[in-house]
Amino acid sequence: MEASTSRAKARAGGDGGARDDTPRRLSGIRFENVTVAYGATVALDDFTLDVAPGQVMALLGPSGSGKTTALRAVAGFVEPTRGRIFIGDVDVTDKPPYRRGIGMVVQQYALFPHMRVEDNVAFGLRANRCPRAEIPARVEECLRLVGMASYARRYPLELSGGQQQRVAIARALAIRPQVLLLDEPLSALDAQLRSGMLKEIARLHRELPDVTILYVTHDQIEALTLADRIAVMNDSRLVDVGSAQSLYQQPPSRFTATFVGNANLLPVTVDRWDEREQQAWVRLGDRMLEVMSHMPARPGEARTLCIRPHALALDGQPGCNAIEATVSEVQWRGSAHRLYVDVGGVEMWADSRPLRSPPSRGQRIVLHFLPGDATLLAGASVGAGTTAAAG
Amino acid sequence: MSSAALSIDVPRAEARERGAPRWAWVILPLLVLVVIFFYPLFFIVKQSLAGDAGPLTLAHYATVLSSGVFKAALGRTVEIAALSTVGCLVLGFVLALIVAFVPFPGSRVIGGFIDTILAFPSFLIALSFTFLYGSAGAFNFLLMDLLHTTEPPIDFVYTKWGVILAEVTFYTPFVMRPLLAAFSQLDNALIEVASSLGARPLRIIRQIIFPEAVPALLAGGSLCLLLTLNEFGIVLFIGAKGVITLPMVIYGKAIQEFDYTAGCVVAVVNIALSIALYSLYRFVLARSGGGRAVFV
Repeated sequence: MEASTSRAKARAGGDGGARDDTPRRLSGIRFENVTVAYGATVALDDFTLDVAPGQVMALLGPSGSGKTTALRAVAGFVEPTRGRIFIGDVDVTDKPPYRRGIGMVVQQYALFPHMRVEDNVAFGLRANRCPRAEIPARVEECLRLVGMASYARRYPLELSGGQQQRVAIARALAIRPQVLLLDEPLSALDAQLRSGMLKEIARLHRELPDVTILYVTHDQIEALTLADRIAVMNDSRLVDVGSAQSLYQQPPSRFTATFVGNANLLPVTVDRWDEREQQAWVRLGDRMLEVMSHMPARPGEARTLCIRPHALALDGQPGCNAIEATVSEVQWRGSAHRLYVDVGGVEMWADSRPLRSPPSRGQRIVLHFLPGDATLLAGASVGAGTTAAAG
Repeated sequence: MSSAALSIDVPRAEARERGAPRWAWVILPLLVLVVIFFYPLFFIVKQSLAGDAGPLTLAHYATVLSSGVFKAALGRTVEIAALSTVGCLVLGFVLALIVAFVPFPGSRVIGGFIDTILAFPSFLIALSFTFLYGSAGAFNFLLMDLLHTTEPPIDFVYTKWGVILAEVTFYTPFVMRPLLAAFSQLDNALIEVASSLGARPLRIIRQIIFPEAVPALLAGGSLCLLLTLNEFGIVLFIGAKGVITLPMVIYGKAIQEFDYTAGCVVAVVNIALSIALYSLYRFVLARSGGGRAVFV
């Protein structure tokens, strides 16, 4: 009996056919050693990740890092060569996409062009055999949720990009999915719309805390803004995973340091490490700096120091580290000044609040930072002064 | 202003001085059209109205159009053309779906093979049907041997169904080609999103793919109807009993009975039908975004 009920629910697309008073079962996503290969080309390599129920997990990485492949594997559009995928406790690896009960929003909206907005939103409900009488109310509820109720009779071509994306989200949410997959949903929007939609998605998640969201993006701002946790990917593999804050403040690797936020990476030598305080003293040229290090550091070891550009200030506080530098370029960016400096042959940049009298090129300055704002990374710095692309 | 005008006017003036005026270029193609198309057409219309030497009259039309042979041929022609077109649309849609959306090795070869069929003369299909399914064809020999019978079990080739099947075989690629072009334009994300929303393949075909394919189906279907209406080679080569179509009547009247006037009357009717259908085809193409479906 229970099996038949769950089958009925599965037919209805997760909770797609359930009434409002039906208790919702929370489902996370679990990848277990998932590999996706096309012949000799490996698109996703031994990927293991747990997304807790109700969590927003961002898959963040550059093009070709395997993040979209991971999302498509959850949706059922690519077949893993190896490994298993679970939604909740259910192994969905071999299930066809229409039996997985997920909602999906893609970059180019993919609204059905010949259907009105209301029919687009109702599509999943009809496909899941939702009672006919319930459909109009569910459609209106979802359109109201994304602020598109007054556009129900329009065709997709009569909507702007942002409006189309809202309808796409409403369509995905209409079936009340346990899992929502968002594949670079804001990439096709201009900067202003993107910022607005980012707020909208954050609000939606607050209103629908039960929905587990897998959010694929190459945009660190989107990931940092929305995600409870971020999985950083590169070269078809998972590089690091953690909360947005921990990955930003204590990046475990060079790649994560540069991809999640901007970073100055400096070559340093460990002088000593205090395990109890999780602090290290490192040498940059002839300067001794006090920094955070959650990983053991052996004296004499060559390591990489990560300092966020906004953590560097011209005026110091007691207990701050100080680095002498020569200004090589000054850029005014309206709300900030960006100073490019040379520190003993290593190029860095500092993002400061607007300066009344900014330093001039060639001027010697002292940059300060707190020990807690710098992290010691594993491994020596390859290519001194390597930094992320300036944002 | 004057310099701009000069820059345009001077080359024109030079062109006029150098050689023939631009309208002269129209003369040659116009002459060719007159000789190979308009004159024969004019002759056919004149012959249908005046007969061999008489005054212009509609009497010949009244005689031919009221004859039982013409009415039967017109009905048979429309019936065969309509059924063949429906067959082409159904088979073409299914095959195009498979080629476009079901990944299988050799789909490109199939696509190339479709183009090859388009290059064949239609009577070859009729000929191959006779060899395969005719009373003395390969399949009948095989079945007679297996079933120990002296009567050929397959007996549809020399009926209207044989003609329809041959026309469906030959003209289906005319539907598939624009369909494949339309399918290649279809955003795969539409299908994936529909599938993720719980839609099974049949619903996706019905509600997502089919609406996108309608312009191509209309264009391919109109073309098929036009071509099957005028099909002569297949009908002649199959030689089906009692299957007389308008082109066959024209052939019979003009070539076998030497009744040119009757032949021309039927030909004019056939031409009028074709022009009407061609106009419909162009109209449909223009209304339905022909750029996505065009291949002719």
